[in-house]
Amino acid sequence: MKILTQYIDVPGIETIDVYRKHGGYAAVEKALKTMSPDEVTEEVKKSGLRGRGGAGFPVGMKWSFLAKPEGVPRYLVCNADESEPGTFKDHYLMMKSPHTLIEGMIVSSYALGAKSSYIYVRGELMYVIHILEKAIQEAYNKGLLGKNILGSGYDLDLYVQPGGGAYICGEETALLESLEGKRGNPRNKPPFPAVKGLYQCPTVVNNVESIAATSWIVMNGGDEYAKIGIGRSTGSKLISVSGHVRKPGVYEIPLGITVEDFIFADEWCGGIRAGHKLKAVVAGGSSVPILPAELILKTTNGEKRLMTYESLSDGGFATGTMLGSGGFIVMDETTCIVHNTLTFGRFYHHESCGQCSPCREGTGWMDKILYRIEHGQGRQEDIDLLVDVSKKIEGNTICPLGDAAAWPVAAAIRHFRDEFEWHVKHPEKATQPGAVFMREGASWAV
Amino acid sequence: MTKTQTVQFPADTLERVHEIIKRYPEGRQKSALLPILHLAQAEWRWLSPEVMDYVAGLLNIKPVEVYEVATFYTMFHLEPVGEHVIEYCRTGPCCLMGGVEVYDHLKKKLGIETGETTPDGKFTIKEVECLAACGWGPVFQIREKYYMHLTKEKVDEIIEELAK
Repeated sequence: MKILTQYIDVPGIETIDVYRKHGGYAAVEKALKTMSPDEVTEEVKKSGLRGRGGAGFPVGMKWSFLAKPEGVPRYLVCNADESEPGTFKDHYLMMKSPHTLIEGMIVSSYALGAKSSYIYVRGELMYVIHILEKAIQEAYNKGLLGKNILGSGYDLDLYVQPGGGAYICGEETALLESLEGKRGNPRNKPPFPAVKGLYQCPTVVNNVESIAATSWIVMNGGDEYAKIGIGRSTGSKLISVSGHVRKPGVYEIPLGITVEDFIFADEWCGGIRAGHKLKAVVAGGSSVPILPAELILKTTNGEKRLMTYESLSDGGFATGTMLGSGGFIVMDETTCIVHNTLTFGRFYHHESCGQCSPCREGTGWMDKILYRIEHGQGRQEDIDLLVDVSKKIEGNTICPLGDAAAWPVAAAIRHFRDEFEWHVKHPEKATQPGAVFMREGASWAV
Repeated sequence: MTKTQTVQFPADTLERVHEIIKRYPEGRQKSALLPILHLAQAEWRWLSPEVMDYVAGLLNIKPVEVYEVATFYTMFHLEPVGEHVIEYCRTGPCCLMGGVEVYDHLKKKLGIETGETTPDGKFTIKEVECLAACGWGPVFQIREKYYMHLTKEKVDEIIEELAK
């Protein structure tokens, strides 16, 4: 079931004429001419669509929190700051089919009563910004943006805003600070953006994929959308796959397929690269817990794990993980978990905004300790020290970056402690180029 | 750039600046800071204090409001850089895709380390975090262009082409 990517490989789909030939902008027509803003919101609520940026919060519910005081502008801001390692789905969607996002922006802005909306794109993707701006100009030229869209009386201006290279700006209040021309320091909450967001006005911030899905929901109804998937994991999800599979790339899956099928079926990743075996997966972007092969394929009850919010988190953090942003990083037996964890630790250290001491100091300590373990200078007590530091960051910061930094380190030690101990006990072996610890009897032994 | 030169955008860029400012509500022109810093860096390669002061003037904000932003975001170069700044992704997924070997090759080829510029001023290498192209890695970026699925051979070709 393809909702966002059905026509993504059609030549010229980035142009408005080809996009419209394939049914594009019908949702704008339908919403603005035949539905009230509240009716659009109602369909999105019924769809069960959950925020696709990582948190999975129901989109319709987030919309319903938006304050609507008289005479105060409201804003919709699209979060296209995609920076979580392993995640490149929004990049793919915007680059290939910019109108899919723009159509969703118009429909969603209408539902929320926004007259000016912004798409905040990470600054590194300047070439994608040019693609979006060109597509937006096309939409203006066709009367799909600007004053009195399609004669409906609804006005909307849409702008693209570049970031400057800061992972933290994917956090919604940091993003708003950045959009106001400031450093990307997350705000204290409450007040939430729904009450005081951009320029202290009520604001909704949604991920690219969430907004793009609203057009299909308007066209087909929320109930139809909710029929796809399982339980509270409705609809389709873009999964961006990197690492040691035969076919890395971006796939749109119906939520609910098995993890095993996703990794091994030809329709998706096509299995592990030739001659190698699955060792571990980070299923939802670098911040979610890494799981070894046996736990990512099956829960501890022996059930096949599914690509859903619920199934991936089955077992809590002890034996489960999260769907997160859909950044699916696959590792075979050649992967050194300590080295990979070091790159994540370094990432979060680099990206901490520095406002909260536990995150500012803790990410630095974890980075340094991981560095010395990886480079053969680790001490036995360092492993527990890492766990201790991660626990003192978790839950003690005003934004989720602290948790995002703590989880991957704690999970790597939870599931691969023997690999850390091997580095500490046998530094002469562990520091050889390409050296990787092999667990005795592991399913990934070759 | 030396202090004696006047810092001033060309007329067409200046027009673009005024268009950008119009995207935001009245009195919120500071929102244009990041877009304009990108234009300034495209114009002068790096953001000298003089350039930042000029941008502050354009937006009618205090110079310190520009400095604190320019120092926060990693895309902005606060020191002179070479003609081509190669920013390679060092994060986990690109490493899994063979990044470390490719980047070592890049450094060897140019004879410089991360953060350095070749003596002829042609190339600077910078290490950056995830560029959101993980499945297409290893990846580096030169200005607006992404170079993906890098191999040692591809790196040789790219460098030789740019060195011309």
